[in-house]
Amino acid sequence: MIINHPLLGPRDSAEFVYLGDASLIDRPDPETATAEDWHAYGYLRDNPAGELRELWFHEGGDRSWLVVTRNTLTHEITSVEMARDVARAQGRSK
Amino acid sequence: MTQKNRVSGGLIDRATTLKFMFDGKSYEGHPGDTLASALLANNVRLMGRSFKYHRPRGPLTAGSEEPNAIVELRGGARQEPNTRATTAELYNGLLAKSQNRWPSLAFDAMAINDRFSNFLTAGFYYKTFMWPAAFWEKLYEPIIRKAAGLGSLSMRADPDAYDKGFRHCDLLIIGAGPAGLMAALTAGRGGKEVILADEDFALGGRLNAETGLLETGDWLNATIAELSSLPNVRLMSRTTVIGAFDHGIYGAVERVSDHLHTPDVGKPRQILWRIYAKQSLLCAGATERPIAFENNDRPGIMLAGAVRTYVNRYAATPAQRVAVFTNNDDGHRTAVDLQARGVKVAAVIDTRADAPLADAYEVIRGGQVVDSKGRRGLTFVEVKQADGSMRTVECGALGVSGGWNPNVHLTCHQRGRPTWDDGLAAFVPGGELPPGMQVAGAANGVFSTHGALTSGAKAAAKMMGVKAAKAPKAEDAPVSQTPFWYVEGCSRAWLDQQNDVTVKDVKLSHQEGFRSVEHLKRYTTLGMATDQGKTSNMGGLAIMAELAGKAIPEVGTTIFRPPYTPTAIGVLGGRMRGMEFHPTRLTPSHFWAKERGAVFVEVGNWLRAQWFPLPGETHWRQSVDREVTATRASVGVCDCTTLGKIDVQGTDAAAFLNKVYCNGFAKLAVGKTRYGLMLREDGIAMDDGTAGRLAEDHFVVTTTTANAAKVYQHMEFVRQCLFPDMDVQLISTTEAWAQYAVAGPNSRRLLQKIVDAVHDISNEAFPFMACGNITVCGGLRARLFRISFSGELAFEIAVPARYGDALMRRLMAAGEEFDVTPYGTEALGVMRIEKGHAAGNELNGTTTALNLGMGRMVSKAKDSIGSKLSERPGLNAADALMQVGIKPRDPGDKITAGGHLMLLGGPVDAAHDQGYVTSAAFSPTLGSMIGLGFLKNGGLREGERMRLVSPVTDLTVEVDIVSAHFVDPEGERVRA
Amino acid sequence: MSVHDLEPITALGGAAPQVDTVAGLTCTEVTDLALASVAARLGQEKACAKKLKALLGDAAPGPGKALLAAPFSAMWMGPDQWMIGADFATHEDLEVQVKTALRSTASVTEQTDGWCCFDLSGDGIAPVMELLCPVNMRSLQSGDAQRTQIHHLGCFVVCGDPDGFIRILGPRASAGSLHHAIVTAMQSAL
Repeated sequence: MIINHPLLGPRDSAEFVYLGDASLIDRPDPETATAEDWHAYGYLRDNPAGELRELWFHEGGDRSWLVVTRNTLTHEITSVEMARDVARAQGRSK
Repeated sequence: MTQKNRVSGGLIDRATTLKFMFDGKSYEGHPGDTLASALLANNVRLMGRSFKYHRPRGPLTAGSEEPNAIVELRGGARQEPNTRATTAELYNGLLAKSQNRWPSLAFDAMAINDRFSNFLTAGFYYKTFMWPAAFWEKLYEPIIRKAAGLGSLSMRADPDAYDKGFRHCDLLIIGAGPAGLMAALTAGRGGKEVILADEDFALGGRLNAETGLLETGDWLNATIAELSSLPNVRLMSRTTVIGAFDHGIYGAVERVSDHLHTPDVGKPRQILWRIYAKQSLLCAGATERPIAFENNDRPGIMLAGAVRTYVNRYAATPAQRVAVFTNNDDGHRTAVDLQARGVKVAAVIDTRADAPLADAYEVIRGGQVVDSKGRRGLTFVEVKQADGSMRTVECGALGVSGGWNPNVHLTCHQRGRPTWDDGLAAFVPGGELPPGMQVAGAANGVFSTHGALTSGAKAAAKMMGVKAAKAPKAEDAPVSQTPFWYVEGCSRAWLDQQNDVTVKDVKLSHQEGFRSVEHLKRYTTLGMATDQGKTSNMGGLAIMAELAGKAIPEVGTTIFRPPYTPTAIGVLGGRMRGMEFHPTRLTPSHFWAKERGAVFVEVGNWLRAQWFPLPGETHWRQSVDREVTATRASVGVCDCTTLGKIDVQGTDAAAFLNKVYCNGFAKLAVGKTRYGLMLREDGIAMDDGTAGRLAEDHFVVTTTTANAAKVYQHMEFVRQCLFPDMDVQLISTTEAWAQYAVAGPNSRRLLQKIVDAVHDISNEAFPFMACGNITVCGGLRARLFRISFSGELAFEIAVPARYGDALMRRLMAAGEEFDVTPYGTEALGVMRIEKGHAAGNELNGTTTALNLGMGRMVSKAKDSIGSKLSERPGLNAADALMQVGIKPRDPGDKITAGGHLMLLGGPVDAAHDQGYVTSAAFSPTLGSMIGLGFLKNGGLREGERMRLVSPVTDLTVEVDIVSAHFVDPEGERVRA
Repeated sequence: MSVHDLEPITALGGAAPQVDTVAGLTCTEVTDLALASVAARLGQEKACAKKLKALLGDAAPGPGKALLAAPFSAMWMGPDQWMIGADFATHEDLEVQVKTALRSTASVTEQTDGWCCFDLSGDGIAPVMELLCPVNMRSLQSGDAQRTQIHHLGCFVVCGDPDGFIRILGPRASAGSLHHAIVTAMQSAL
């Protein structure tokens, strides 16, 4: 596969390490989260036949974590974002 | 007589003669020949025996779709089974042997299978060898392997090298026939980066095999010359595109040296190219399809187009008298070309009642070949004429044409299914093609030469946004293909010649209820041979459709998968063999350790000194015991460079470490080091190490050797994804520093000789867990950490890697007065077990801080990764496993890691399991074996006597549960 | 710089750099290179860039690019991260020099001995490199710097002159494996 890195352009997926569902960014707030929230964060994943937002680490490149939106049926990649920007947009700034 | 069947013309170099051997007999051919064409020229039609029935077989085709003429090529360690004689380029000294025969090709004892064919029909493996199960492995399988196996392996290492490579292009053109050449001209003249790949050693496709396709004779050579002159066009002959993968990545195998006796020095045999193509154009042509009739597999019976290839390109006729069996006009071309070369055409048997007649040869209109004769090669065919009368036609070869199938294979590699074209009575590319791929020429169902040329040019022009090159004048015959798959009433008529599947087998499969095309394939093995059914699938499908009373498109097709043609495992491995399987990492003291005769062990990619044997030591235990004893008695040195080192800087560095470690780091003073335990978010221990604070905003973190990359990745995840606005920066410095543990009561005295005097490393000035930047040997920058894995007074000293070798030699020289001893990973392991330090065996992906005896380390005062989920009740049960030490009651007894702890006198079963041993070693300090392990509620069970049971090693010993800290439990030594 | 008496060895373990020539292409082990990494502190990205420009004499390079200059060269490593290079003989303490220039705007880390370095000079760079890594050599231009993988090793490929000079930086501990891969590819392609 080819991942179109937002900064470096098209790169072979062999340079990346895969982690999984990008919902891992949404770590529960330790002040307010319930046990169920932690359970869901730790263990519950959707397994869609279609678009999935997932985390890839550019280990053989610039060491950026990326959020890659990939269709699990066709491998078509429709969006690649810097995970740090996504995290900020989702309110993870301290 | 040599080369009896050689005719005039052809693309062979008659000025040079090549000698080769087939089944021990020597023959001659010419450059430009394949093994198959050279054998045919020498009047050899019989080239192998079939897979199941051991029937005599000759080539069916003249290309990579060949099911029959499969040989063992070369000898010695280079022996290569299952190679198609139809694509093997002839070279001087070529050695080939036929397969599937014993004792010889002409007389094959296993041909008896043919007589018992009733027992070997579809599904016979499933039916016959069901019972008893034990017979399969011991009896059935070895016999079947011998009887049905393909070629044999040399069982020696392949002496040749294989490369992998990467190429990029705007347009990858697959196939260099008329369509592909025109596409390359178009895109190449337009200045695009073009790769034109073809599996053949000569570019041109059918232009090399046919006569009269073009009006201008030298167009092919002129075109190749022009393409060669364009710097933006790369011509890759002998290169098979084997797969179309995601996002425009194509796999291609280039056979760099297969046409040579031996590869040139340093050159690869083959290269696996990964081609990154913005777009691709498939111009793979078409494959002719046979017509099934009784005994249609005799040597000499081949596809009509293949006969033309042999006669026109290779100047070799399969026999002196040849007949043709066709259902279309194309078969007549074979007769014309044969006659032009002076070969006698026995007759053209055309299934059509209105077939065109010819003056020069006889046409049997409305005729059908119903059977053939000839023991090891065709002698005559039985023809049923239009009026029903039978007739015999004498011939040594028969060209068969049932029409052509577009080569759609690569269009299916991403699950695209071809669509049925009624006009062509064939599947053509359709549905979802791999993104970026288009198809032109015969592969797209455009069969005339004119059509192929213009469709290639037009497609490339449209895809690349350039002007189409002008096509030369060419043949433009209309195409009419009417289906004719098999001759009525035939039974032992071969569809899949490689896997010996007949019309009868397909009928039987249908009768037994295997109605889906995928079931048909698996039950009969139709299309499952190394040719993937290139010449056989359509026939099978057609018969199945007819039996089911459906149209072919309703029945559907099985799918084609990579690789397009069989690919050697060696080229997939490339250079990654033996010691080059993965990169090796060497520590800065490696060359010194090698001089000392160290024994090395692979740890991840690292090579680490395991122990340093001295003269006279005959067993590793002697060396290891000595190293441990000497270190504990005086001083030892161990290379610990391999521990991961991560530089953590930023104003939030301490806050960040508070997140990744379960214990606190905010209050760690500058100049101090602290042990840290990292948890996964689920509360399981991930890794441990130390973090030394060099400045308010600067830490140096160590990880275990094995987890260095993973921990770095995890820390970047925490930094970028969880806390994106912490001011913290990370970078690995693992290899930048050579780091040595200097351990033992004399370690300070030794280091005082190395560390520059301005740096006070006394216990008062540099206490346990101190760290700092220092200089050594007169001013070299270095780092010193007072940390201990061995349990002794110990330091770790780091210098820039290039000075690591010199520092180790200096430590050895300066330490002579203390009998300094280098120690390896074994002694390191013994000492950490003696001290009760957890390592990989304990941090094994199932254990928590609590299990490791560090439950109280998990700070409740702050949030850290894993802290919340580690509070789960299930991980905090009253009888949770806790780390303990284990000693045998009898010091002579053995302790083994993996053994389980059981109550004395209690039952020995999983239900009564109390815990298990994770690490064990002989402790020279204690004089017996010792172990570390996990025991239910282990913290309260010190002094209990238990049984250690290991059914695997047949071991039962009585053991005492003791503190995990066998040596210096109070920690006085490390603070000395 | 320092006056200590420890003799360095090269990444390949020799006293002097190793040189290999195949046909018209030479691979030279490089040992006279000092390296320090720079990562801008959060919120200090602009200040860091400004100070870097003052140090380098030109703007710090963007993604996939290198600034080939003296006495300091620079190469983009990641968002707001660069590798600074200089002559080892005069800049063994490069980390200190860079830190002094950038002050609190960046985190600076010594990287000199984290890497081994090989220069390829002469004819045939493209056919050799295409056996080693997925970098598109035919579009590579002077000043391009790509992090990529060579035989599973994370490496930087820096282009000085697409027709005659490239520099490969790889992990120092694997210098032997990287050197073997390069020389094998030279023998294979040339």
